Amino acid sequence: MHDAALPQRIALLGNPNCGKTALFNLLTGSRQKVANYAGVTVERKEGVLRTMAGRRVAVLDLPGAYSLNAVSNDEAVTRDVITGHSQETLPDLLVCVADATNLRLHLRLVLEARRLGLPVVVALNKMDRALQLGIAVDKQRLARELNLPVVETVSIHAHGADELRALLDQPLQPCPPSHWRAPGIEQVMATQNDVLRIFQATVTSPSVDRDPSDRIDRFMMHPLWGFAVLGAVLFLTFLAVFSLGGWITGFIEEGTAWLGTTISATMAEGPLRGLLVDGVIGGVGGVLAFLPQILILFLFILALEASGYLPRAAFLLDRPMAAAGLSGRSFIPLLSSFACAIPGIMATRTITHWRDRLTTILIAPLMACSARIPVYTLLIAALFPHQPVAGALVMIGLYALGIVAAMTVAWVIKRADANHARSPLMMELPAYQWPDPRSIVIGLWERAMIFLRRVGTIILALTIVMWALYTIPSPRRTDEKTPIARSIAGEIGHALHYVFAPIGFNEEISIALVPGMAAREVVVSSLGTVYAMQGDEEQLDAQLTERIADEWPLAMKLSLLLWLVFAPQCLSTFVAVKRETGSWRQMWIMGGYLFGLAYLSSLITYQLTAFLTTP
Amino acid sequence: MRHARAETINLNELPELCWATVAGVTVPLDPADHGLVLRLVELGFVPGERVRVVREGHPGGEPLAIRVGHTTFALRRYEAAFIRVTPEG
Repeated sequence: MHDAALPQRIALLGNPNCGKTALFNLLTGSRQKVANYAGVTVERKEGVLRTMAGRRVAVLDLPGAYSLNAVSNDEAVTRDVITGHSQETLPDLLVCVADATNLRLHLRLVLEARRLGLPVVVALNKMDRALQLGIAVDKQRLARELNLPVVETVSIHAHGADELRALLDQPLQPCPPSHWRAPGIEQVMATQNDVLRIFQATVTSPSVDRDPSDRIDRFMMHPLWGFAVLGAVLFLTFLAVFSLGGWITGFIEEGTAWLGTTISATMAEGPLRGLLVDGVIGGVGGVLAFLPQILILFLFILALEASGYLPRAAFLLDRPMAAAGLSGRSFIPLLSSFACAIPGIMATRTITHWRDRLTTILIAPLMACSARIPVYTLLIAALFPHQPVAGALVMIGLYALGIVAAMTVAWVIKRADANHARSPLMMELPAYQWPDPRSIVIGLWERAMIFLRRVGTIILALTIVMWALYTIPSPRRTDEKTPIARSIAGEIGHALHYVFAPIGFNEEISIALVPGMAAREVVVSSLGTVYAMQGDEEQLDAQLTERIADEWPLAMKLSLLLWLVFAPQCLSTFVAVKRETGSWRQMWIMGGYLFGLAYLSSLITYQLTAFLTTP
Repeated sequence: MRHARAETINLNELPELCWATVAGVTVPLDPADHGLVLRLVELGFVPGERVRVVREGHPGGEPLAIRVGHTTFALRRYEAAFIRVTPEG
């Protein structure tokens, strides 16, 4: 052994669903950095672990790959990083994570990794589950057959990676360099024969017929019961979002109102106080109020995904979604878009077929994200005062309208695409399991950060700009009555009013929609500002509801509701579409069609209602 | 790698819940499908493996939930048609 170097940079390689990310979370805890690989929208996760001797080692969590014969962006990134064809530093040790309950599938990647000319360690993951299922793995024999060190790991136990941590204090075994070339089908067959031989020599498992998973699947994917379960799961999820989420949101609103009052009481009257209280606290507080609803929806999505249920839901919905030109793979991104379109658009990365992915990105903003809930609630309360049942039905109707519109748009895109290629499915339905709480907490944290970064950047900046526009008077409008009508915002709203007049929006709405174009969350608070009202959030809502109920004609209320279902009022969504598609054109197509849809549906609604309600 | 015998059928023709043994894969006529077949082999659809259709999707029997070894995959009928199987008894 001429080189007794210790590993400094390791990379985790493994099949999707091998528990690699849970192991990564166990190894690194909260010490991880999430970004993208250079030039592609593939998530790059890096962290630092401590070995048993206390050394710090960098860990890269490579995207899950079934094979180095890449068919997806994820697999291409993994292949490029470990074959030295990327800007990444080559790791000095590959930890090949293999699910002990499914070695028949996962050993193949280990054999492929062995040919790379890098030191490899095999981590037999989910060993606890293998024991439960009566699967026995002869570790010594496996290490001998593979000629690689083999360690056992259990991602859900605090000490489950200690064997691996200890191994990382051992010097690296030198490895003859080699050049990786994509294997042909003959070589893949030969590798599979090796896998089968090693598998049969090292693993004893009870007959597949005894696996309960098939029986659960028969039920979960039953044409009748399967859909009933799916309906119940979605119903419970949204029930929690609305009831529990609304309850927590109440506390946040009270908190921000208290902060505003406290600052008002302690600071001297002046522009700085106005900026802090009305601008920053009002704006950011109003947006933070959605965080509970977003997080509850993601808690359900993450838990359902980790349990293995969501791929089954995607299986059930594959055929119905095919009618709209999509596949079951679009289900999870679209479900996420009900919380917020941005993580939804990011979740389309799992869709390997580019046209399907693009269609899903384009329709994701039509799913009613949580930022729409307060505006919907306000308008519905004004439309149907003291009629909670009618109000709830209209709310469900608005959600349904978004879904129907999305399916129609997807169908039109499919029809417009002349060389429409078959979209493949080939989706693993992983074994059912209990979700790992640590991974769910980390997943929730990551999504909360995506949202908070928006609040911290776009929405905060926007709130300050809007506050300035509302405060600075325009020299040409000195004869207007209210300060807002005299401001620059008033002038912009006045100009926009001509565009919005045919769809029934008055000057107040037009002004409120100016900031609302960049983030629809602020529509309610800007409407409040425009109507020159003071007071805390709750009071503001009640007053606004009354004024809208009294002063706006029915046609105007309906028209604004329809507008809010379709209009792309979210700058962050534009940014996300540009980033994920890498194309300005797609971004403008998304914005253009949504504006067109919003304007057209509001125009029809307004003109028709106005015509019918005119005595 | 093709052991086409009289009793082999394509996996998409296998009735629900009927166990079968993979006999081989069909070499696709369209070169665009080579990657697909290669991936099927990599996922474990290799001669000797036992497979069965756990559930057909509805409506139209699409897609298929197929059990192979300790894994279940959702495949389209088009994809399953490249896999030759011998039904058991």
